Formats: sequence, structure tokens, C-alpha cells
Amino acid sequence: MNEAMIVSLLTITIRAGVSLLYATLGEIFTERSGILNLGVEGIMMTGAATAFAVAFHSDSAWLGLGVAMLVGAMMSFTHAFLTITLRADQVVTGLALTLFGTGLASFMGQRLGPGGETMVGLQGPVFPRIPIPVLEDIPILGPSMFNQDVLAYALYLLLPLMWFYLRKTQPGLHLRAVGDNPAAADVLGVPVKLSRYLYTIFGGCLMGVAGAHLSMAYLQGWAQNITGGRGWIAIALVIFATWDPLRAAVGALLFGGINALQFRLQAAGTTIPSSFLNMMPYFFTILVLVLITWGEAVRKRLGAPAALGIPYIREEKH
Amino acid sequence: MSKPSQENWYAKLIDIALPIFATLAALIVGAVMLLLLNVNPIEAYAALWEGAFGSQNALAETLVKATPLLLVGLGICISFRGDVINIGGEGQMIVGAIIGTQVGLRMVDSPGWLVVPLALLAGFAGGALWGGIPGLLKAYFNVNEILSTVMMNAIAVQLMTFLLRGPMIDPAQAELASKIPQTARLMENFRLPRWIPTRLHLGALIAVVLAVLVYILLWRTTWGYRIRSVGQNPDASAYAGIQVKNYIVLALVLSGAFAGLAGVMQVYGVNYRMITDGSGSGFTGRAGFNGIVAALFGQLHPLGTIPASILFGALLVGANKMQRVVQVPSALVIALNGLVVVFVVSSEIWRRKRQRRRLAAEMALQEGAPGESDGSEAAHYGGEVD
Repeated sequence: MNEAMIVSLLTITIRAGVSLLYATLGEIFTERSGILNLGVEGIMMTGAATAFAVAFHSDSAWLGLGVAMLVGAMMSFTHAFLTITLRADQVVTGLALTLFGTGLASFMGQRLGPGGETMVGLQGPVFPRIPIPVLEDIPILGPSMFNQDVLAYALYLLLPLMWFYLRKTQPGLHLRAVGDNPAAADVLGVPVKLSRYLYTIFGGCLMGVAGAHLSMAYLQGWAQNITGGRGWIAIALVIFATWDPLRAAVGALLFGGINALQFRLQAAGTTIPSSFLNMMPYFFTILVLVLITWGEAVRKRLGAPAALGIPYIREEKH
Repeated sequence: MSKPSQENWYAKLIDIALPIFATLAALIVGAVMLLLLNVNPIEAYAALWEGAFGSQNALAETLVKATPLLLVGLGICISFRGDVINIGGEGQMIVGAIIGTQVGLRMVDSPGWLVVPLALLAGFAGGALWGGIPGLLKAYFNVNEILSTVMMNAIAVQLMTFLLRGPMIDPAQAELASKIPQTARLMENFRLPRWIPTRLHLGALIAVVLAVLVYILLWRTTWGYRIRSVGQNPDASAYAGIQVKNYIVLALVLSGAFAGLAGVMQVYGVNYRMITDGSGSGFTGRAGFNGIVAALFGQLHPLGTIPASILFGALLVGANKMQRVVQVPSALVIALNGLVVVFVVSSEIWRRKRQRRRLAAEMALQEGAPGESDGSEAAHYGGEVD
């Protein structure tokens, strides 16, 4: 393998990893607050569709991104309202959100092109790759890491910030408390329900960005079933990352790498049927889940938010 | 339990009516959405009703759509009662159908009375296999079953795409340029009997019989008791000597088996061949997901799942008609289904609250009397229809 090949493999790995990481980070913040949002796939797909449609018609990638974030926020707000205020079952609500989101997105894909036609095959505004001077001259890492789109660079900055916020700041501590022991957090004066609302909505925004990155940077266009199960992989990555942003980055790169390898193999004209290549992410997700949960010691260290999926009901006064 | 007082009976009636009110509320919200799309909601809902129940044929179609929902839903009743969340109905349907179809395609010289039951059993086994894998992973590796079943769905879809484009493709299609991914048609004597002139097939009856059997399994056998016990309190069950891991696997195996049967029945009762559009929803019609909803709607009770499946079958069939008559996008129909789910699930909370309050009142009345331990179970699921 020569240097050019390594660079291109790394570049695709990062590009594929970016949207996965945005979605994973969104789900980490959501789950840290104690809310399980299984609607990631639906939110991402709707985000991808709205981002592309808005960007195409307004000719502004940024506007598309903004609307995708807004849509993500709205959809996760619905989830928050149903599960926090109405205390509906989080699994069912999340699944309903995914069903709804994928249905809505494919409808938009069929109808939101010019003249109410399909969006498939259209060329819209994209987030281009912008090489960063000086840094791009670093061998191998330069042309792969520092020749990416704006959303990837934003992620380089966001990632350490999010880790710091979660681990080292008081609001981060409160967030973890809300997900681990809401009753104790409540006693301390942390507004449990409000926090859950805010972080669920914030998580939804990030999922919207993940969708926008798919249709405006990674794949640069709309295709039916554009997410291809990435939302589910993100949910698996949250567990893989044990609810930690930095480990999520490692996981996202791992899956991005699988994705890149898949591309390479296909380009090289492999005889492996594409169905089996398409199976790989799901197969590896299961494998990863098996590996990380193997053994009691590892399981204890996992550190899932203790109150994940459990609605918080303040003890009623007598 | 002591004779239900009049008030108690009245309260139970409200419980049963609550999902119906929830559905109505969802339809009202749907009406607002229709109005926003400039469609007359009364006209739209009339078309929906007409499409679902308006004629003998419409009714038969509703039941045809309800059959896989009921079968998948029965499996869901078993697994959710065991606190195992099986989202893998789609994949289990697909694998059941693949294996069941193989039987029919390979045993072309055998008589129908042998092949059809064998094929249904093969489908049952195929679904059991596909459900058993996440079951083993959960029991022995602590892998979250929600995730593993969803992954197994995706793998099954790819497997189906590969098989129907390659090894299992209809020899006639293999020669054509179009290469539609489908198997050859089943022999005519391998088809489930139909109620001519409609498409209603024997599978609907089988599903109803199975619903009764699942009810007996869950509430009248040791297996069922243990599955439910593990679902309610795994620690206490383990303490009582139940092999918790085995029953987690069993819950997923049975759950998958019913979905597999639903899959093979679509082949032998409706399409007479396996066909896909690559998305996986080609032949399953998303019954693997909608069956979950039907079961939850039926309060995870096998007999309650029967009317729930018919309701959702009616919504699916009626929605098609509504789409044609008043020209609403299909996404709205999906959204409407989602709304019904959400409203029903939300209404559960009030129901449970009421039930708890009622039980507390009863307990106060029976203070000192020997403990009626069934009560706590009813409070947990709130779904004892019997």
C-alpha cells in the first residue's frame, strides 16, 4: 500500500466518520440525561432530506444546515414531550419517530425536487473540502485530516469541548446526575425534567447535523434510504463508547474505516457480492457489542446512566 | 379475587374503552393535518372506512393484512411479557419466508398436504433461529436485544437481496434483462386454501387458533409462567430457581418463530413467491414493526391482539383507498399510524395510574385477609382481560 492509498483511505474514513460521530454525540448527550432516543435513524434521514431540499432551493448550504438542525430539534422535542411529560414508553416512541421520520424523508425525496418531482440525482450546494494551509503539509495526516469540510473541522473543536463539559464542569456533572440518580439531582435543585428536555433537543440538533453532512458533504446529493442504518450504528456506538465522547470518536473512525474499506473493495471490482459488503456494518456492530460486554469486569466499568429509559416521577406529596 | 363491585366493573369498562378514545383523538389530530393539506377530512375518513370494511372484498383484505400483524404480535406478547424487547420481526419474517420457500421450491414432486405443513414448520423454525441468535447474545453476552434485533433485520434484508438476485432467482427472470429479484412461483397445490373470490386464506384462521394457544401457553403452563416471572423480576426468579438465561432465549426463540410463520404465510397464502424491492418492506409490508404496535395496542394479551391487528389491518387497507380517493401523500398515512401509536401508548399511563389507585383501595378493604398476590401482576401490565 503506498502513501496515496493510505491518504485516500484515511480521508474517506474521516469523512464517513463525521456524520456517525455527530449522531453518536447527540445520542450520548440524550442518554446521559436518562432519555433513550431510538429515533436517530428517522431524525438523521429527515435532516438529510430537509437540508438538501432547503439548500437546493435557496442555494445556501448553511441555510440547509440550519433547517436540518431545527428539524432535528423539533423531532426530538416531540420525543421529549411524549416521554418526559406524558411518560410514554421510550422504546415505542423512539421507534415511532424512526418510522415517521423515514416515511416523511422518503416522501420529501419524492416530492421536493424542482416542480414537485424527485430529488434523486440532483446537484445541490455542498460543503466543499477546504485544505488548511501549513497543517495540510504534515505527511499523511495533513492531506487526510486537514483537507476536510467545515463540519469536520467544527467537530475537531467540538469533541474536546464536549468531553470537557461532560467530565470537568458543573453543568456536565449535573447532566450526569440527572441520568444516574434523578431523585438526588432533584434534591440538589437540578431541574430534572428541564435538563432532560434541553439535552434531548440538543441531541436532536446534532442528529440533524449528521443528516445534513450526509446529503451535503459525504454523499453530496439525495438518495432513497440515504442513512442506510447509520442511525442504528450510532446507537450501538454510544454503548461501544460507554457514553464517552472521546471513545465515540474512536468508534466512529472504526466504522468509518469499515465504510472506506467497503468503498475500496467495490472500486477494486471484488467478487464479493455487494449484499455481503452492505452487511458488514451491522455484523461488526453486533461483534463490537459482544466484545465490549463480554465479562463481568468490563460490564461493571461500562457506566451506563443508571436511570436510562426510566421516566422521573417526583414522589407525590401526601 | 372477591366479586367485583359495580364501581369496579365500571372502571374496567373505561380501561377497555381508553385505547378506542386514544384512536379517536389521533384521528382528530389527523383531521387537522388533512385540513392543512386542503382535504376534506370527512371525505377522507369515509374513504378509509369504505376501503377497510365497505365490501366483502374490503373486509377480506383487512383480514389478510391483519394476519401477519397478529402472528408477529403473538410473538411480541411472549417476548415483551418476558421483558425482552424484540424489534427483529422484519428479519425473522424474512428468514422464515426464505427457509419456508426453499421447502416448496425443492419438494416439487411431493403432495401438498405434506409440503405445506412442512413449509410452515420450516418458516417457524427459521424465525426461531433468527430470534434465537439475539436471545443467546442477550443471555450469555449481555448484548442489548433492541440493537441486536435491529441489526439482524438489516442483515436479513441483505441476505434476502443476495439470495433473490442470485441463488434463488426465478429461472425465467434469470434469463431476462430485467432480473426482477423474485423466486419462481409455488406449485398450485402448495397454496393455502382461499375463501374465493377474496384473497382471504387459511392463515387467518390458523393465526386466531394460535392466539388462543399462546394465551394458554402464557397463563396456563409452567413455561409461560416462568417467562412472565423472569420478565417481572429476574432476580426473584433466579432466587426461586428459574434458569433465567434459558427463559430469555426461549422468549426470543418463540417470538421469532411466530414472526417467521408470519413471513412464510405471506408466501404461501398471499404472494405465492418471495419477492423484494431491496428495502425489505417489499413482501413483509412492515408487519414486523406494525405487529409490535398491534400487540402493545392489545395490551400484550394474545386475545387482545386479535382486534388490535384487525384495527391496524383496516387502517393499512383503508389508508390505501384514502390515498387514491382524496390524493393524500402516503407519508401522511404513515404519520397517522404513528399518531395512533403515540396516543395509545400515552393513554396507558392514565390507565395504569387508575389501576394502581383502584388496587390500593381494594387492598385497604381487604386488610388482614390472606394476600391476593395476583393483584401485583395485574398492576404491572394492567392488561388482564380474562
